[in-house]
Amino acid sequence: MTTFGTTPDKAAIRAEAEALFAAFRATGAVPVEADILQPAETLLDLYGEDIRARAYVTADPLRGEMMLRPDFTVPVVQAHMAHGAEPARYCYMGEVFRKQEHAGPRASEYMQVGFELFDREAPEKADAEVFALIQQMLAPLRLRPATGDIGILMAAVRGLSTTDRRKAALLRHIWRPRRFRALLDRFSGRAPMPPARAALLDRLAADSAEALMRAAGPVIGLRSAGDIAARAASLIEDARTPPIAAPEAALLYDLLSLQAPAEAALSHLRGITPMLPAIAPAVDRFAARLQALAYRGVDITHLPFEASHGRTSLEYYDGFVFSFHAADPDLPPVAAGGRYDALTAVLGQGRSIPAVGGVIRPGLVARLKGGRG
Amino acid sequence: MTGAMLKIGVPSKGRLMEKTFDWFGARGVTMQRTGNEREYSGAVDGIEGVELVLLSAGEIPRELAAGRIHLGVTGSDLVRDKLADWPRQVAELAQLGFGHADLVIAVPACWIDVDTLDDLDAAAAAFRRAHGHRLRIATKYHRLVRDFLTENGVADYQLVDSQGATEGTVKNLTAEAIADITSSGETLRANHLKILSDGLVHQSQAVLFRSLAADWTGAEAVTLARLCDRLGLAAA
Repeated sequence: MTTFGTTPDKAAIRAEAEALFAAFRATGAVPVEADILQPAETLLDLYGEDIRARAYVTADPLRGEMMLRPDFTVPVVQAHMAHGAEPARYCYMGEVFRKQEHAGPRASEYMQVGFELFDREAPEKADAEVFALIQQMLAPLRLRPATGDIGILMAAVRGLSTTDRRKAALLRHIWRPRRFRALLDRFSGRAPMPPARAALLDRLAADSAEALMRAAGPVIGLRSAGDIAARAASLIEDARTPPIAAPEAALLYDLLSLQAPAEAALSHLRGITPMLPAIAPAVDRFAARLQALAYRGVDITHLPFEASHGRTSLEYYDGFVFSFHAADPDLPPVAAGGRYDALTAVLGQGRSIPAVGGVIRPGLVARLKGGRG
Repeated sequence: MTGAMLKIGVPSKGRLMEKTFDWFGARGVTMQRTGNEREYSGAVDGIEGVELVLLSAGEIPRELAAGRIHLGVTGSDLVRDKLADWPRQVAELAQLGFGHADLVIAVPACWIDVDTLDDLDAAAAAFRRAHGHRLRIATKYHRLVRDFLTENGVADYQLVDSQGATEGTVKNLTAEAIADITSSGETLRANHLKILSDGLVHQSQAVLFRSLAADWTGAEAVTLARLCDRLGLAAA
């Protein structure tokens, strides 16, 4: 493991972790343990191949590919789905492991202390509880909070007047801003159709997909002639689909760049809701969350809000997202979390439960307390 | 004496070795294999203090990173794929102008609907829905290919390791697409594969690298300056 001159020693970090863990337990959260070795397949299916660049993969002679846990969320959700009562509050403490591809100050092994809340009744109140709890615990460090809400973006995409196929493509890439932008540019007519696509459509107008395939070469591999013909048909359908109307697209571009204090952001969202009515329920939830945050003493007049916050992290947050940052921009967030309802559905095999949680890095807390941040 | 020798790692056989010898020879530094045909030992003439180390091209990046050789000739693709954060571990002294090969993403030619990475991404999403697993791409260049696909926002794929005969994996049903080195595209065409129009991952060629981890505190630094002078390179 790489160590750095300013890093506090492990004993100090563990002591800090114990203190944070005790604070979570004091709220009535049930402590849970998780295996360090996690089945790689589950994580790969959730996060895709990118996780391989970030998690340590190892081979177990009997269980196959395993990963050193890159976070606790997945095992905690699995444990809850298997035998948890509701509502439930869990806390945990332990090392997580993240491979670093670039030399620098980012640790490859560090402690996390976390809190997860599973509650069907009042999700916005649950969001506020987790945020306010972590903010309070870290108050002496005077960190800068950042918040966002991926649920509003998703609602805006679902409300577009276009085909389900285009909406699904946009939703699938909501966590990849660059690809999302490229798709939106194309669907709204801002970017031209690639020349090869236009040529293919011309050929499909003159000939069947099957005939074109026969001319191109033998069908090899698991992706069948049927798969190829189905996508060719969807390309023809997509070419006939009119572009997303300019005013609607403009609202989505506006939403992507929305950045304002939370209360002002709410007014702005209320202002555009009549033109994008599909976001109304998500905006109502945002309003209810702000109310719940204010009730817990959070200063919502100054709380920073960015509609795109959290879009580049691991792709499971689908609602409220938050993080707390030190003054040094080179440091990773001291704490981060969010809502991940959809993840519980994926892991729950048919069942799901609204869930929100967050983690704190005691190593950074200890470092900042030591005045070395 | 050996302690102060500047060690230069060169591919131990084939065209890459011959071309490397030619490149140095044209600049007045003669390299040759010594001993019998099967023995991996060599000698350098025309400059004092340089020791030739014959190695597999694939091992040269690792030896450079460990600092066990001072200089090494190998493909730019191998350095980028095998070394994390490679510019912190090695520096390029000269591109040698041979060993050209492109690392490309290729799919079956019958995929009339797939020409770009954008198409590949959409096909991967549909494939996963239809077949229940992520679309497999066979390669031995894991880091280069994964970084390239991440950079371009391609999802729902998985890399499967293939150390040889990668072009055959699609027909053998162990992968749906491949990422491999090609120079003329001949083998790809023979296996009914086509290159994506924006599927060029890396244009590789043989490069003379300098290790940043090797010991440069003694006579090696002076030897390097003399060698660079002889080779007509700006000293690094």
